[in-house]
Amino acid sequence: MILPSAIALGREFAGARFQIAPVRGLSVQDGLVIGSVLVLIACYLLPLGAVVALSFLVPVPGIGNYWSIFQNATVHAVVGKTLWISSLTVGLTLLLGYITAYALVQAGPVARKLMLAGVLLPLWISVLVRNYAWIALLSPGGIVNSILIRWGWLDQPVSLVRNSFGVVLGMVHYMLPYAILPIYAQMARIDSTLPHLARSLGASPRQAFIRVFLPLSRPGLAAAAFLTSIMSLGFYLTPAMLGGGKTVMVAEFISIQVTETLRWDIATTLSTLLLLVTGALVWRFSHLLELATAKPKT
Amino acid sequence: MSASSPRSLHPTRLAESTGRAVVVFLVLPLVAIIPMSFSDTRYLSMPHDGLSTLHYWRLFSEPAWRDSLLQSVGVALPAACLALLIGLSFCLGAWQRQGNMVRLLQILMLGPLIVPGIIHAVAYHRALSFIGLFDSFAGTVLVHAIKGLPFVVLSVSASLSSVHPATLQLARSLGASPAQALWRTLLPQIRYGIAAGFIFAFVTSWDEIVVTLFITSRNVITLPKQIWQSLFLNLDPVVAALGSLALLATLLALLATSLSGSRLRSLPSPNTIA
Repeated sequence: MILPSAIALGREFAGARFQIAPVRGLSVQDGLVIGSVLVLIACYLLPLGAVVALSFLVPVPGIGNYWSIFQNATVHAVVGKTLWISSLTVGLTLLLGYITAYALVQAGPVARKLMLAGVLLPLWISVLVRNYAWIALLSPGGIVNSILIRWGWLDQPVSLVRNSFGVVLGMVHYMLPYAILPIYAQMARIDSTLPHLARSLGASPRQAFIRVFLPLSRPGLAAAAFLTSIMSLGFYLTPAMLGGGKTVMVAEFISIQVTETLRWDIATTLSTLLLLVTGALVWRFSHLLELATAKPKT
Repeated sequence: MSASSPRSLHPTRLAESTGRAVVVFLVLPLVAIIPMSFSDTRYLSMPHDGLSTLHYWRLFSEPAWRDSLLQSVGVALPAACLALLIGLSFCLGAWQRQGNMVRLLQILMLGPLIVPGIIHAVAYHRALSFIGLFDSFAGTVLVHAIKGLPFVVLSVSASLSSVHPATLQLARSLGASPAQALWRTLLPQIRYGIAAGFIFAFVTSWDEIVVTLFITSRNVITLPKQIWQSLFLNLDPVVAALGSLALLATLLALLATSLSGSRLRSLPSPNTIA
């Protein structure tokens, strides 16, 4: 079934401009596309499709799983928590990211290089190591607590991780570079004389910012919002490590269904819904991704 | 906007100092692990009596850490090769083709980058158990290759886009065989894209943890999984040593790319998309 349609598909865009060596009507180029797409279908789309299919099949065929998910109070709480933490972290990340990108544009060449390095560096260090560092810094016996107590700012150690605070902190830290880079890339393209022009035409600084600079930087902000929203909805590692089981978000809830309670119906149904939401976001906003991949000027 | 009137100076200053504080916040946990890694105690703390390189040695001498390092290399190398094979095939095949079908396939190739890791975890947990590859080397390599695939596609198609469309015809008309045309004219022009794709795929596999947790058990223990397991026991300073080494490697790589000029800098970074 798949092979003939894949070949037909290959032929369909065989309006190829170069043919390396035609083999029985199919160019090598067709073969390359068909081969790689078949691998993708077998190794990627089939396993994902199975998750979607299972959500309609186990334990009994039908849409019963979706019906019960929508009535499940635990799921409501988890989804509510996820939406709340996601909007909080995305909001914080965008705000701080925008300000930081602005500071990057304003900075001199050397300071900008240093700051950019600081923004890029965390991307290359495993999120496990980063979360480890946060636990080491913020736990009751950790470094921040002992410093605060030594300075007499605290009597008792306070737990700054294994709660919602830790989750928000860890997530914002993870997502910030993904917000800063696209916003900065966009801001760097703005003609720096425009706000001055606005000022010389009588705009107040605030007006120049709100009516000139902000609209011009909005595409970068939108790309950052898109990226961080997708990330925050499916966040698994950071809530699991820094949340201490108290701040359970959708991804961790799904993992519990797979490894502990073995409720495949709930796991596959929630996975399908998460996939649907992510897919819808990508479908609607994928044009923003091209901006997000744009390279920041250095 | 560098508005110069004294009134607008104040918000700009505030933004500048906030921006600097954010950068400090970003590097803070990375810097904090350096002194921890030289701790002379077996548990996590700042150094007590003196500095010690104990934990760096443990990384290579303790069987659990050494084996997981070797396993990670053993998984990441074939996974990156496989990702390169699939991604390069696709990019060469789809090169210079337009239309909705190609765009759709390109988006599909980027899927593993966009779909949340936990969904991959559920899907592969199920699929690999079904075909008997759960907790196997082959299954882990396959999944890691799929996760690295988008980076290969992004880097290779980016470098392909700057290759002259008539490259192959020109080579052929000058008497090159199809294979020669490919090897001696096209591939050399996209070698940086290929190299970047390979490196990103390797790093993706090297770092992968979420899906690995769900598709492996006792057999396959990669480095991130070993870190994950160690975190349940205590905050072992070995992890700090490991992070410090990663930090050093990253700094060296950043330095090397900034010294080697613009060629490497023109490559897309996968991290600006994911």
